[in-house]
Amino acid sequence: MLKDSDRIFTNLYGYHDWRLAGAQARGDWDGTAAILAKGREWIIDEMKASGLRGRGGAGFSTGMKWSFMPKQSDRPHYLVVNADEGEPGTCKDRDIMRHDPHKLVEGCLIASFAIGARACYIYIRGEFYNEASNLQGAIDEAYAVGLIGKNACGSGWDFDLYLHRGAGAYICGEETALIESLEGRKGQPRLKPPFPAQAGLYGCPTTVNNVETIAVAPTILRRGAGWFAGLGRDKNTGTKIFCISGHVNNPCNVEEEMGIPLKDLIEKHAGGVRGGWDNLLAVIPGGSSVPVLPREICDTVLMDFDSLRAVRSGLGTAGIIVMDKSTDIVKAIARLSKFYKHESCGQCTPCREGTGWMWRVMERLVVGKAEIEEIDMLEDVTRQVEGHTICALGDAAAWPVQGLIRHFRPELERRIHAYKGRGGTSLPMAAE
Amino acid sequence: MPKLTIDGKEVEVPPGATVLQACEAAGVEVPRFCYHERLSIAGNCRMCLVEMEKAPKPIASCAMPAGDGMVIKTDTPTVRKARRGVMEFLLINHPLDCPICDQGGECDLQDQAMAYGFDRGRYEENKRAVKDKNLGPLVKTFMNRCIHCTRCIRFATEVAGVEELGATGRGEHMEVGTYVEKALSSELSGNIVDLCPVGALTSKPYAFVSRPWELAKTESIDVLDAVGAAIRVDARGGEVLRVLPRLNDAVNDEWLADKSRYAYDGLKRQRLDRPYVRRDGRLQPASWPEAFEVVAKRLLGTTPERIGVIAGDQVDAEAVLALRDLMRGLGVQSLDCRQDGAKIGGPRVSYLFNTTIAGIDQADVCLIIGSDPRWEAPLLNARLRKRYLARNFTVGLIGPERDLTYRHQHLGNDPSVLLAIADGHHPFADLLKAAKAPMLILGMGALRRPDGAALLGAARRIAEATNMVRDGWNGFNVLNTAAGRVGALDLGFLPGQGGRDTAGILAGAGDGSLDVVWLQDADEIDASRLGNAFVIYQGHHGDRAANRADVILPGAAYTEKDATYVNLEGRVQRTKQAVFPPGEAREDWKILRALSQVMGRPLPFDSLAQLRTALAAANPVFGAVGVVQPAPWASFGTLDPVDLMPFGRAIENYYQTCAISRASVTMAKCTDLHIHGREIDDTMERTGSYG
Repeated sequence: MLKDSDRIFTNLYGYHDWRLAGAQARGDWDGTAAILAKGREWIIDEMKASGLRGRGGAGFSTGMKWSFMPKQSDRPHYLVVNADEGEPGTCKDRDIMRHDPHKLVEGCLIASFAIGARACYIYIRGEFYNEASNLQGAIDEAYAVGLIGKNACGSGWDFDLYLHRGAGAYICGEETALIESLEGRKGQPRLKPPFPAQAGLYGCPTTVNNVETIAVAPTILRRGAGWFAGLGRDKNTGTKIFCISGHVNNPCNVEEEMGIPLKDLIEKHAGGVRGGWDNLLAVIPGGSSVPVLPREICDTVLMDFDSLRAVRSGLGTAGIIVMDKSTDIVKAIARLSKFYKHESCGQCTPCREGTGWMWRVMERLVVGKAEIEEIDMLEDVTRQVEGHTICALGDAAAWPVQGLIRHFRPELERRIHAYKGRGGTSLPMAAE
Repeated sequence: MPKLTIDGKEVEVPPGATVLQACEAAGVEVPRFCYHERLSIAGNCRMCLVEMEKAPKPIASCAMPAGDGMVIKTDTPTVRKARRGVMEFLLINHPLDCPICDQGGECDLQDQAMAYGFDRGRYEENKRAVKDKNLGPLVKTFMNRCIHCTRCIRFATEVAGVEELGATGRGEHMEVGTYVEKALSSELSGNIVDLCPVGALTSKPYAFVSRPWELAKTESIDVLDAVGAAIRVDARGGEVLRVLPRLNDAVNDEWLADKSRYAYDGLKRQRLDRPYVRRDGRLQPASWPEAFEVVAKRLLGTTPERIGVIAGDQVDAEAVLALRDLMRGLGVQSLDCRQDGAKIGGPRVSYLFNTTIAGIDQADVCLIIGSDPRWEAPLLNARLRKRYLARNFTVGLIGPERDLTYRHQHLGNDPSVLLAIADGHHPFADLLKAAKAPMLILGMGALRRPDGAALLGAARRIAEATNMVRDGWNGFNVLNTAAGRVGALDLGFLPGQGGRDTAGILAGAGDGSLDVVWLQDADEIDASRLGNAFVIYQGHHGDRAANRADVILPGAAYTEKDATYVNLEGRVQRTKQAVFPPGEAREDWKILRALSQVMGRPLPFDSLAQLRTALAAANPVFGAVGVVQPAPWASFGTLDPVDLMPFGRAIENYYQTCAISRASVTMAKCTDLHIHGREIDDTMERTGSYG
C-alpha cells in the first residue's frame, strides 16, 4: 500500500484548503523557479527518467512526448491540457481540479517551459462548473502573486494560462478534436500525421496532455525522477489515481502505486465488492473503452498498463467499474454501445455506421432476439470498425463488445436459446 | 524525391505527394470516395486504406504523406477485408434505390460495390432516413443516399468561397446541409453535383430525364461567358439534355459555372426554326429562297454608306469572317462587334486577358477596375480565389463594392482612384510597384463608358508605371464578357473608313440616315431605337431584336455547329456539333455563303476547311488551336479627361445575359430567387412520396 509520504495528491478528498495558501502549505509552488532554472533539457530528461506514462489512457511516455516538440521554431508553441474528462467510470481529473488546482497550474507552467510554450490552454469539460470555478480561482491567484504571467515565478519566462470550457462532447477529449473545438470548429478528430507536435493548435507545434499527467510533473521534478521510478513496476512506474465505482461498498478515488493487484485495490480502498469477492461478476478496469474482465482474471491481475494489456484489456484512465452478480452484463455493455453510438462524431465511415449497428445488435442480444450466428457477425463488425477509423473512438466502441463476446459468450447464447424457447415473443419492456 | 515500393514496384514521387498519388503513379488504382485532388484532404471515407510495412493498422493512403522507403501493399487480405468492411458500412444505410437514382450508371458507390460489395446484406435493422434539403433550383438532394464524404462542403468552402454548406449533428445523425435551409448563393454550385460520388446531390433540371449510357457525348466549348470553359454536351436524339465540364487545367480546371451548366434548356425554347419575312406589317414564314431574295434586293439596292452591321456576343469566328467579307465586298464600312459600345479594338494586347487564367497563379498583387469577376467570369474568379488561398495575394477593387469570395481592399468606386494610382499618388501604386508579378483586370464596367478609351489609357499608364509588362510576364488584362468578342476583334470586325460604330448605327437608323441594319445574333442593343430601318436579323433565338426584324434568317446555337471561338485570353478553341439546328435553321456561315451566291458575289469558300484556311489567312492566330499566343505590348487608349462618375455594373443579372439564358426556365428560376429574392415554391414539383 502506498505510503502517505509518497502521495502526490495530498488533498484529493478536499479536506484541506484548495487555495494558494493551502497548496503552498502542502509544498506546491516550492522552488518552481529553481526547477525552471535547470533548463528545458533537464526537465525533459528527468521526465523521461521518471518513466511517467500519460495518464489519459494511451500511456505514452510523457518525457518522450515533450521531446517531440521542435527545439527551434519560428512559430509559437502551445501546451493544451485535456481536462475534458468524459470517459464513463472516470472522475480523477475533476477531483484534482476541485481540490488541488494549484498542482495543475504549476504543472502547466513547468510543462510549457519544457516545450517552449508561452501560452497554455486548459480545455475543461463544460459540465464541470465547480471544477472550472476553482481552477479559474487558482489561475487568478497565481497571476495575482506573479507565479504565472509576465516573468512567472521570477524565472524570466513569460507565461499565460487560459481556461476554456467545452460544450459537452465526449469526442472533444480526443486530442485533435479538442484542438479543433478549441479553434472554434466542430469537434472532429484530425488526420494524423501531422501530429500536434508538428501542427496542432492554429497549425503550431502543440503538446496535449492529460490533467493528471501535468499535475504530477512538479512533484516528480521536486522529488526526483528516481523516487517516482522507484514506485510501481518496471515501465509502469509511479503512482496513479484509481477511480473505483459500481458495486463496491465504498466507491472512491484513491492514489495508489502502479501495479497494485486489482483485488487489493477493491478490498482495501473500496470496502470490497458488494456481497463479498465471490459475488463479483466482472470488472471494467480502465474506463468504458477497455474490454471487460471476468472474475477469474480479476483475482490476480495487476493494475498497470502492461499487465492489463497482457489479459487483452487496458489500464485506460484507471476508471474501475465493478459489477457484481446482480448485473445484467449484456445490458451493461449495450448501454456502453449506446454511449459510443451517441458520441461518435460522424466523420469517418466505420465508426459512424458501425457504432449504430453494434448498438442495435446489442439491444437485441439483451433480450436474446437474435440468431446464434449473429454473435459472430457482431464480432466481425467490431473487427471491421477497429483500427480502421481516424481516431480511437472506433476502437473504444469495439473493445467492450469484443470483451463481452470473449468472456460471456455462453450468456449470450443462453439468452438466444431462451428467447427461442419462449416462442420468440419479445420480453416486455426489456430494452426498447 | 521520396522513393516508395508499391506492391513490389518502386516508384518515385515529388515531395509532398501522398501515398495514394504514389499508388496512382505506380499504376495501382485505389478506391476512394472522399478524396478529390482539387479539394483538401478529409480522409473520412476510409475506402483507400492500404497496408504499410511496420504500421500496426492499415493507413488511409489519401492522407498519408509519401515517405522515402515506405513499403506499401494495396492488395493483401487485410486491405481487401478493410475495404469490404467500409463498403458494407457505407451500404447499410444507403438506400437500395439505384433503379430510380439519377446517379445510376455513373455512381462511384455503385462501381466500387462491384469490386468490394457483398452479394447480400447482413444488416437487419432499419435504415436511416434523412430529410431532403432544398438547395434551390439547381441542385436536387436525396439525403438518404449521402455517404458523408464532405466533398460538397469542402468545395463550397474552398473553391466557391461560400461557407454555406456544413455538417450538423454527430454520429449517424450527422447531416450535410445549409444549417438554415437556403439555396446556395454561389455561381459554381452545380459543381457539387459532379463531385458527389453518390446520388445525394443531383441536377434538378435533369432529374429523371435520362441514363448516362443513352447519351451521345460531344466535347465542346462553352460560350455563355468569355472564359471558354471546356464542356461536354450530352444529347439524346436532337435534344441537349445536360452540359458538364471537361478537364482543362489552363482554363476551368474541372469546374463549370452555373449559367454555362444549366442554361441549356434555353436551347429548346424561343427558337427560330424557319426564315421569316415581314409582310403587311407582320412577320410571316417564308422559304429560304424567298428570304434570300428579299435580303439580296435590299442590300444590293442600298448604297453601302446607308447600311450598318452589328455582330452579337456569341457570334463565331467563321460567321464573323463570312459576314465581314460579304459586307466589305459591298463596300459597307459601318461594322461593329461591340454591342455594349466598349472602347476596345486597338492592338491585340489591349483587349486580351494577357496574364492568362493559369497565369493568375503566379500573380501577387491584383487591381480590379470596373469589373465584377464573380458574375462576369465565375471560373476566372475561382482562379483568383485559388490564388488568394495560396496566400500572399493582395487584391484591390475599384468599382461597386462586392463580395468577391476573397478578401480585397475596396479602393473606391470612381475613376479618381484609378487616376491617382496611374499618377503614383496612391498607396496601391506602391504595392503594384513593389510586387513581383502585378496584374490588373479592366472590366466592361469601365470600358463601355463613354470615357472608356481614356480609362483604357489610364490603365495602360498604370501597367507601364508599375512595370507590369516585362519579360515573360504581362499583367495587363481586359475582362471580356462576350464569347465572340475577341474573335471578332481579331478579325477586325470594326468600323472602317468613315464607318459608324454601334451607337452611330443606332443613331443613324433612328434618324433615317441608315436604311438597312444587319443584326448578327445581336440582342443586347435597344432594338426600339432602330427607327424605320430595314432590319435583317440572323440568329437562333426569337429574343429582343428578332421582334423588330423585317427578315429573319434562322441560325445555329453553339451546340449545333462546329465553330471557332477565341476566349478572353486569346485562346482559339472550337465547339463541336452535338445536335442539329432545329427545323430549317442552318449554320451561320452557310447562310451567309448561300446569300452571297444569291447576291451574285459568292464568298470564296465552299467548305468549313476552306473557311478555316481563310480564317488563318485573315489572322494567323486562328492557325493555332488551343494555345494562347502572347501579344506584343503596344500603345493604346487615350489621355483624354475622365468623367468622375462612379462605375456601373457590366452585368445586372448573372443568370440572364444572352438569348439562350433568357429563354431558360432554370435561369428564370435562379433570377427569381437570387436577383429578385423571391422564394421558389417547388411543392408542385414534389411527388407523392413527400406525403
